[in-house]
This record gives sequence, C-alpha cells and structure tokens, in this order.
Amino acid sequence: MKKRLSALPLAIMGASLALGIASNAHAAPSTFVYCSEGSPEGFNPSLYTSGTTFDASSKNMFNRLLEFKLGTTQTEPGLATSYTVSDDGLEYIFKLRKGVKFHTSKTFTPTRDFNADDVIFSFARQWDKNHPYHKVSNGSYEYFTGMGMDTLIKEIVRVDDYTVKFVLNYPEAPFLANLAMDFASIFSAEQADMLMKKGTPEQLDIDPVATGPFQKVQYRKDSVIRYTAFEDYWKGKPAIDRLVFSITPDASVRYAKLKAGECHMMPYPNPADLEKMAQDKDINLMSQEGLNVGYLAFNTKKKPFTDAKVRQALNLATNKQAIIDAVFQGAGKIAKNPIPPTMWSYNDKVVDYNYDPVKAKQLLKEAGYENGFTTNIWAMPVQRPYNPNARRMAEVIQEDWAKVGVKAEIVSYEWGEYLNRSKKGEHETVLLGWTGDNGDPDNFLYVLLGCDAVGGSNRAQWCNKEFNDLLVKAKQTSDQATRTKYYEEAQLVFKREAPWITTAHSIVYEPVRKEVEGFVIDPLGGHYFSNVSLKK
Amino acid sequence: MFQFIIKRLSLVIPTFIGITLLTFTLIHLIPGDPIEVMAGERGVSAERHAELSAQLGLDQPLYIQYFRYLNDVLHGDLGTSLITKTPVVSEFLTLFPATIELAFCATLFAIFIGLPAGIIAAIRRGTLFDHSVMTVSLTGYSMPIFWWALLLMLVFSVNLGWTPVSGRIDVVYWIDDVTGFMLIDTLLSGEKGAFSSAIAHLILPSIVLGTIPMAVIARMTRSSMLEILNEDYIRTARSKGIAPWRVIMVHALRNALIPIITVIGLQIGILLSGAILTETVFAWPGIGKWLIESIGRRDYPVVQGGILIVATIIIVVNLLVDIAYGIVNPRIRHSR
Repeated sequence: MKKRLSALPLAIMGASLALGIASNAHAAPSTFVYCSEGSPEGFNPSLYTSGTTFDASSKNMFNRLLEFKLGTTQTEPGLATSYTVSDDGLEYIFKLRKGVKFHTSKTFTPTRDFNADDVIFSFARQWDKNHPYHKVSNGSYEYFTGMGMDTLIKEIVRVDDYTVKFVLNYPEAPFLANLAMDFASIFSAEQADMLMKKGTPEQLDIDPVATGPFQKVQYRKDSVIRYTAFEDYWKGKPAIDRLVFSITPDASVRYAKLKAGECHMMPYPNPADLEKMAQDKDINLMSQEGLNVGYLAFNTKKKPFTDAKVRQALNLATNKQAIIDAVFQGAGKIAKNPIPPTMWSYNDKVVDYNYDPVKAKQLLKEAGYENGFTTNIWAMPVQRPYNPNARRMAEVIQEDWAKVGVKAEIVSYEWGEYLNRSKKGEHETVLLGWTGDNGDPDNFLYVLLGCDAVGGSNRAQWCNKEFNDLLVKAKQTSDQATRTKYYEEAQLVFKREAPWITTAHSIVYEPVRKEVEGFVIDPLGGHYFSNVSLKK
Repeated sequence: MFQFIIKRLSLVIPTFIGITLLTFTLIHLIPGDPIEVMAGERGVSAERHAELSAQLGLDQPLYIQYFRYLNDVLHGDLGTSLITKTPVVSEFLTLFPATIELAFCATLFAIFIGLPAGIIAAIRRGTLFDHSVMTVSLTGYSMPIFWWALLLMLVFSVNLGWTPVSGRIDVVYWIDDVTGFMLIDTLLSGEKGAFSSAIAHLILPSIVLGTIPMAVIARMTRSSMLEILNEDYIRTARSKGIAPWRVIMVHALRNALIPIITVIGLQIGILLSGAILTETVFAWPGIGKWLIESIGRRDYPVVQGGILIVATIIIVVNLLVDIAYGIVNPRIRHSR
C-alpha cells in the first residue's frame, strides 16, 4: 500500500520535471504582483463603493483634483494645483494642472491634454440627471449621493481651460475632503464623446483611460488584472514596469502564494496567521491602526436605554479588554472615542468607562433597575475588520451584563435584513461599525450620530441638541483649528451621554515580501503602488 | 433510436420551466434585499431605495417579475448583473472555459486512475491490492476538499516548490484572451514556456477536483466487474482458451461499462456545474465561485441565469448519457 501511495507525489514530480516547469518562478524584477482579495465590480470608481474596486481603478489608474497625501488623511494638490474659497464658503475656484497626459488604449488615442472639460464631465455625469452619460451602466452614483454632493452642488462653471468653479448651496467644510474620494476621479471627456458617438458609451466604465500612474492592459474576471506603468505620468513614471493583480479570494492561499514568491504583497491576512508571518524572514509584516470603529449602539428611543444612567452602567459593566482578547487576537485596540486615534481632532483627554461591575450595579440601582432587566444584543452575520466575530463579541458582552443582572438574548439576521431592521430601530442594542471614507471627522460623527441620520445610519437613534449643534457649527467653518475645538467638545458630550459602547479600532496588517520597498499603508484602507519598487 | 431521443427531449421542456420557477422562488424566498446588501453599513435613504428598486424592476409584484424574467429568457436574454452591470451571459462565457478546462482534466485524472484501479481490484479480489484500493478510494471519497487542497498546496507548492500555488498561468506570461481556454490560448500565443506553465497550474486543481470522482469510479468499476466476472459466459470464454486480458477487456469490461458510464456522466455533470471549493482554493476563475458570490450579494439575475445555464448543461449531459446507454446496450433503446 505504501508503495502505491507514494506513486502520487512521484507522478506530480515527474509531470512537473518533464514539462520543465519553473513552477514558483518569481516574477521579473520590475513586475509587482499584488494578490488581491476579489474581482473589482468594474473600472469606474464613481459607480461602485467597494475597496476592492477602488484598488483596481481609482487608486492606481486615476487622479482627482485633490488627493490624500500618501499615508495620511490630509489632502494635497492633485490635478488641481491650488484653490480659493469665498468668504461665505459657497464658492470654490480650482486652478488646474497643465501638461497632464491621458493614457492611450487599444481603442482610444487622446489628442489633447487634461483640461477643465474633463473635470466638468466627471462631475456633471453624476450630478446632472439630464447629462447624456447619467443613465449609462444603470448609472447609480451611491457615493456621490451618499456624501450629499447631489444636493450640495449648485453649479459647476468652466471659467477657462484651466480654471473650474464649484458653487455650493450651503457651506460644507468636508467638501474638499470629498473631492479627494474615489468617486471624484477624473475621466477623459474626449474619450466619453468618442464612445457616445460610436454608440457604445458603456465602454467608458469597462475600459476607461485616465491620468494615473498605471494603465490597464487586460482584465480576466476572477483571475487577473494587468497594468503597465504610464510613461508620461505627470508625477514621473512609477519605479515598477508592470503591475499585476492576481485575484486570490482565500486568505490562506494568498499567504501560501506570498511565501512561495508568487506575489509580493497580500491584503487581509487571517488573524491566525499573523504570528507566523511576523516570524517569517521573507515577509515584512507592516501594521497600522485602521480608520474605523466598532461599537454597540443602544436604541435610545426604547426603554430603558432612554436613560443615560442605564447606558453608562452597561458601559461600565462591559470588559473591553476581554473583547479584544477573545475576538481580535491582537488585531484590535480598545476604542474610547467614536473616531479613530489617527484622525485629526481625536480627543485623547476623554476618559473611558473602565470595567467596574460594582459601580455599574450602583448606577442601575439609581436608575430604578436594581434587579436588572432583559434586553437583546444584535450580532452581525458578517465579518468586518472592526468586528471579526460579532457572535463571539455578543457572547462576551452577554456574560458581562449577566453579572450585573441584565439578561440579554443574542439575535441575528441575514445581512441585508440586519441593516434594514436596525436602521428602523427594531433592536434594543446592536453591534455595528464604520470605516472612514474621507478622513474627515464629520464622516464619523455626523454620519453616525447626527440628528439627520436618525432612522438611517444613526443606529442609536440618538439626537442630542448640544452634540448636534457642535457638529453643525464645525461643518460651516473651513478653519481646521476651529473645527478641531468643536469636535473635541463633541466627543466629551458623546462620552458623557454614552449612546454607544465604543468597542474597538482594528489594526490593519499588510504582509509584504522583504524585497518590496516604498509601500506605505493608507489609513483609508486603499492600496497604492505608484511608489513601490523591488530590490534586485 | 430517433424515437428514443425525441422521447427524451420532450421531457426537457417541463424540466426547464420547473427550474426557472424553482430558482426564482428560492432566491426570492431567502430574506435579504440586494440594495441593502450593496449599500452595506453606509445605507441608502428611503427615497433612493425606492428609486433604485424601480430602476432594477424590484418594486413590481413577484409574479410580474417572474413573468418578465421568463419572457426575457424566452427571448434569449438572461439579464444583467445588479452588481457588475454586465450581461449574465457574457460573464458566464468568460468564466465557463476555465470550468470546462478544469472539469476535463479532473475527469481524465479520475478515469485514468479510477478505471484501471477498479479493474485490477476486481481481478485480484481479496488481495492486499484490492483492500488498498478500496481503502484509498473510501478515504478519497470522504476527503474534505478544502483541507485536501490546502494540504497538497502546502506540500507540493510551498515546501517542495514543484507546482505553482494557484491561478491559471504564471504572471510573467501575458496571454491574449482568444478562446478563454488557457491551454489553447497559450499554444496560439506561441510564447515559450506558457503552455507548460498552464499545464503546471492545472495539476493540483485537477487532482483535488478529480479525487472524489476517481474514488466513485474505482468502486463502481470494481463492483460492476465482480458481478460480470461471475457470469457464465465469462467462464465459457475462459474455458474456450481466450487470452485472459481479452476476456477482461473485451468480454467483461464492455458489459460492466453501463453503470460506470452512468457514474462518469453524473460526475461530469457535477464537475461542469462548477467546483466551489476547488475554485476558491486555487483562485480558479470558474462558475461555481461566481454563483456562490452572487447568492451572497442577492444578485438575482446572475443566480437565476447562472443556475438555468448550469441546469441546462446537466440536462444535456444526462441526455447524452442516456443516448450512450442506447448505443452500448440495445435492450435499453428497444424496451422504451
């Protein structure tokens, strides 16, 4: 029997040798291989919302008027070289960069450089419902509308070839950060016109040209995306000649490929593999706190959570360290504020509710719940960086609460149902989280806790005038120092009123092979490769 | 024979209608709203939700949605993916060659190992070889695919470096999509080493995917052969002094083949409908993974259209198997 079994490996070896396979051949030095986690939904970043799509399109193919400075959430000039804001905060005038070239594809060769027409096209398509491109590819621009750009923008004016003016309906400081987001990527109006005339406008969303560091050469769904470095890139040609996304959905397989040298970098490792990766001499395990927050929201419209004392008591009754140990396996950090520590205006002076069941019982007694009460904890059915195992987290919290007399039943629904029902406030307490879009505190605080978001993404259904007024004031001024003060104060109000238990911020790990140089972790979760090079 | 085929074909139409109704009902019975799933934590406003529902035709009563769908199918339109906004048929056609290629190689592996092993085990019944084959095939049959794939990958790809870890071809080769079949496209490209790289990438996935069919074929061949070898006419053939290999290969095997063909046919049907686990582990761009992902995202057109195509393939394969019986065994075609 032994003899027969050993035939299998021999057969494989024979076949491999006979074919002369350089099986784990390392890619040529100037080819950078990224083992991505899935297929992009498409190549027009304004039509989609997933990070996988952004990595494959906006992050590496496109540019925007303003861009996030690599490794930070601060914006810097992109295709706009400068801008001025009117005193009332309603007019933004952008000066555009000259001499910027577009890629050339098999079907399109640009005849002119980037100019104001491209900016107008890229925004008007999303904003103007009568634009000829608005309905192309089922045109739904979820991020554009989600960030309120459709109601915010009053007019987009072409001042001259290299000047564009945006007129707003009301002052909104986060507007600038929005312009650096993926949906605001700039397309070639010339290519769009050409395709419209040809009668194939939807090709623009499949095979667009752009101004970014890499141009797409080939895409095979669920298999591979190939790019070449753009020779005429306005910031200079990237160090690598070719960029390949090898689509590998399973994290253990991505790790195997990284070890075998079939890729240079992989995202989203399994938490269980981190320790081995850290010890691997070929792998550089980079890490940084993610721009996200996990939380448990109390439904403040339902008793007993209408009473701040009850919410404070359950905050005190929850052992967050136990959650981090049980659920995150080292990939998380206790959260005390609703915004992550890497974000500007994070208030480190806020004092968290430290685990204290005795004090919690005392508070419950004061609130009239000496004998506790029964409630529910909703646990998400999906895995997220801010909550890798919601069920387990709910169990830990359930145990903690039981110690102060609060009996909680764990409830879960299919993901779409879960989101929908919790939006309507059917829960008593719900586990959820958020990942930042544009690095602006407004994108956490107002979106998740503002009065306008009740019945929507404000799962605590919490509308506090003092807190909300501070956020509105911060929206209306463009001076960052003043805004910081408002947000710091708002965080103090938040902690005092305790509409949530802030559970954790995740730690993002990016395993990269040792020969890779220049990769920088993006706090917004993207993967940029224009600065990457390979040691020979 | 012609009448026999017509009879078989007439059963196909009600089967198709049943399949459309079943997939439509099942996918709509699962709770979950594609718009909510698409929006995730970010969510959409009630107005936007209504607007999108209308745009995607999800605001209509279910029976109207079903008849619209059926009407489109009859006009050859399987719809457009809600997520990628690409026609279902074109997505299917991009992915199906990879599934066929893998299914073909896995079947070859299963037949070339399973059939001889089953025959030898039957001839040497009760010997150590027989017991070994049966034990190995039972183990193969009950092997958790995910684990088996990772194990082979760790041993042969990561530790020994003999085979590539995953994918269809090494990233150094930039092969143009002509037929979608990597083995053919690499030959057409004329790039040196590309073809052998494509073969190398097929080795482990084919073994993993072929393991269960191989076990099934080996066991079926053994039992079918054992039955035939005890028949009187075999004894007669032997006593007439016909060469032993001729008795086995010509007289016994041909008659033993009927149940084996059934099994092979069923296995091919299953393999062609996509191998979710194998495809996931080896990052193989086939239709199994595509369908599973679409169910998760409630991408109704892909689920409905994809399953309909897969069901068609299984029906066709079964039809071919039925016809193959008719050819192998005249009694079957005449008795109906």
